[in-house]
Amino acid sequence: MIKQISVFLENKSGRLVRVAQVLGDAAISIRGVSIADTSDFGILRMIVDQPDRAIAELKGKGIMATVTDVIAIEIADQPGGLAQVLTYLDAAAINIEYLYSFIEKPTHSAIIMMRVERIADALQVLQDHNVPIVSGERIYGF
Amino acid sequence: MQTDTQKDYLEPVERIAQQTQGIKQAVQHAFQNSPYYQKVFSEAGLKPEQINSPHDFRKVPFTRKDDLRGAYPYGMAAVPLEKILRIHASSGTTGKPIVAGYTRQDLDDWAAAVARICAMVGVKDSDIAQISFGYGLFTGGFGLHYGLERLGATVVPFSSGNTERQLALMQDFKTNVLVSTPSFALYMAETAIELGYKPQEFGLKIGLFGGEPCSDVMREDIEKHWELKATVNYGLTEVVGPGISGECEERAGMHILEDIYFPEIIDPSSGEVLPDGATGELVLTPLYKEGFPVLRYRTGDITRLIVDPCPCGRTTRRMDYITGRSDDMIIIKGVNIFPSQIEEVLSGFSEVSPHYLLILHKQKGFIKDLEVQIELSPEGFTDSFRQLEALEGRIRQRLRSTLSLAPRLKLMEPKSLERTTGKAKRITIKELE
Repeated sequence: MIKQISVFLENKSGRLVRVAQVLGDAAISIRGVSIADTSDFGILRMIVDQPDRAIAELKGKGIMATVTDVIAIEIADQPGGLAQVLTYLDAAAINIEYLYSFIEKPTHSAIIMMRVERIADALQVLQDHNVPIVSGERIYGF
Repeated sequence: MQTDTQKDYLEPVERIAQQTQGIKQAVQHAFQNSPYYQKVFSEAGLKPEQINSPHDFRKVPFTRKDDLRGAYPYGMAAVPLEKILRIHASSGTTGKPIVAGYTRQDLDDWAAAVARICAMVGVKDSDIAQISFGYGLFTGGFGLHYGLERLGATVVPFSSGNTERQLALMQDFKTNVLVSTPSFALYMAETAIELGYKPQEFGLKIGLFGGEPCSDVMREDIEKHWELKATVNYGLTEVVGPGISGECEERAGMHILEDIYFPEIIDPSSGEVLPDGATGELVLTPLYKEGFPVLRYRTGDITRLIVDPCPCGRTTRRMDYITGRSDDMIIIKGVNIFPSQIEEVLSGFSEVSPHYLLILHKQKGFIKDLEVQIELSPEGFTDSFRQLEALEGRIRQRLRSTLSLAPRLKLMEPKSLERTTGKAKRITIKELE
């Protein structure tokens, strides 16, 4: 499981920049990012190289942040790669709340970050189907 | 026991007849003996003969806190000073205090009223009651003291302070009724635990709490620590002190001793008397007060009279727990809103902080819309839109049922709303084109 940082953002200019600045000033690297919003507020989701420090830095600056567990999987960088994995999870009735892609040094695969309702069951299903699960070290960049 | 509990079960027709008698009597006494009310009646062109019913009583102008302050010290007296046996005064936060004076009869009536309030929640003459209210100018200490004595209970007049000794004596004397403010009761529980005692083993049966509002959370906490039945009662110095209303065994609102204290609910801005069930400002008239009579006193407290009959069988109407003060009222789409009602709703959600900002969207001079900006608390933020939206939905739903209005809700970042001490600047106006 990977620690994802989620940040609550008002729909006001400068909020996103501020988060990036706080992390940049603390020498924390943002490796993956996704942002979703409603008309009133947004949730910024990030994969950083030092999640625990990131939470401390953000909270210290009065920014509302929390840690969420997500799964990182590797899929073949070709058509049908993602669909195949989603089929396995769907068959096991595992609901995916959201997902987004993750950038890495060029390889022939893509990495997908997923938030699911039942993490333990999801991990089991993925392992049963030999879907590569990406480790923290690789994600955090060590 | 010397309580007059039959008065709690009068048929409404009987009660109205009694109240009418009482109102006429109060008006007569004020007009004849109170220089303050002689002036009021003369300026209003009123004579006592014109007041023959609760409806007629509406002709009498209201009395406000400032009027009582302006009469400091003895301007409200309707008897010679030597007939006043006791003076109490309220602690005013600004300006002069409000003085209350009691004749022998007033003191007797007051004790009887408080005894009735205590009997309603099951206090018995065999009980041992410790009064941890301050004894002094504050009406709480002496008020509960004489009421409980009247009831026949054994009274331990500890007064406030010296928590360690309070706890020691409570155990030694086998106190089973506690009289204090809700916050002091909590403080005593915490101190007891620190000292290595188990408050739930003290044997307390009933708590009589007053002097400040008591939230549901506070009540639950007190009951959890002490394992007693926590009850609240209501009163104010300007009318008499404690003894005006209190809970019964059902604890669903407070029965007003309305045969002695005549209640009205008014619209705070127009002064119009509202029907039972409507929320507004509580106006009280003590019908038999001799020393310092007061007519149609605006308490400034916001509440409503509960329409449904109480399961306990008493016919004295209940008032709802006080939700706030009339001073802050705003009117939106014809509905009276008190910011404190919003505060009350928000305090029920641990997912938001108690800070809020009301934005009144105005167009052409009248208020078109209400927006409530609230802050998430750390517990409130989750990584799920669904949960955040569900939270917004639940808050909106509670606001709608409390206010009879569905305001817009906006979640803000922590610390983004202004924090002020005291009366916070909670309301801003946004002019739309």
